[in-house]
Amino acid sequence: MIRVQAEDFDIGAEVAALTAGRTDIGAVVTFSGLVRDASGNAPVTSMELEHYPGMTEKELARIEAEAHARWPLQATLIVHRIGELKPGENIVLVVAASAHRAAAFEAASFLMDYLKTRAPFWKREEGQGEARWVDARESDDQAATRWKR
Amino acid sequence: MKLLYFAWVRQKAGTAEEEVSLPANIRDVNGLIDWLKTRGEGYEAAFADLGIIRCAVDQAHGDFDTSIAGATEVAFFPPVTGG
Repeated sequence: MIRVQAEDFDIGAEVAALTAGRTDIGAVVTFSGLVRDASGNAPVTSMELEHYPGMTEKELARIEAEAHARWPLQATLIVHRIGELKPGENIVLVVAASAHRAAAFEAASFLMDYLKTRAPFWKREEGQGEARWVDARESDDQAATRWKR
Repeated sequence: MKLLYFAWVRQKAGTAEEEVSLPANIRDVNGLIDWLKTRGEGYEAAFADLGIIRCAVDQAHGDFDTSIAGATEVAFFPPVTGG
């Protein structure tokens, strides 16, 4: 399941909804990403998340389908926020549920690595009165390449 | 054809979205970029360094040699930074 929204999310409530009424799930792995108050040495007072409406949902669906093709997953959830966010606020949530933990851990990691390098979101940080677009990181590309096959 | 620009590519190009009629000889993203660069300084600035430009054709990631024949929507943007 995929959601792109301005509103915050409640991790506990999301996991409860995902597992409600099910007895085939033995492992749930969640990852959440938050806004930091600094980027290197530069302070960050707010962050703006821009995205490509339409493609974002399609790309996230492709990434989710790929995870289901690779691992035996009972359920997955990706929630990504857009708009203006403050340090300490949630940005993204990924949940992977499986019968056993290995698939859940790996799928959650895969979903994040692919989301970071393929989903059309762009961050702009503000601090000390100036705004700057966040540069893509080489380390994110490298993290994603380990899933290549 | 609908063209979309995001993040700093949008800021440099000076527009978020536009509808264009392309010359018939433009077949791929490369050709489209070459044509866009002739349309003004903003586009020239946006496409000055193609190493940091990514594209999508009909809402799927593409390369510069991806065909745009029959495409309804092409988007240009920097490498993504979500998550």
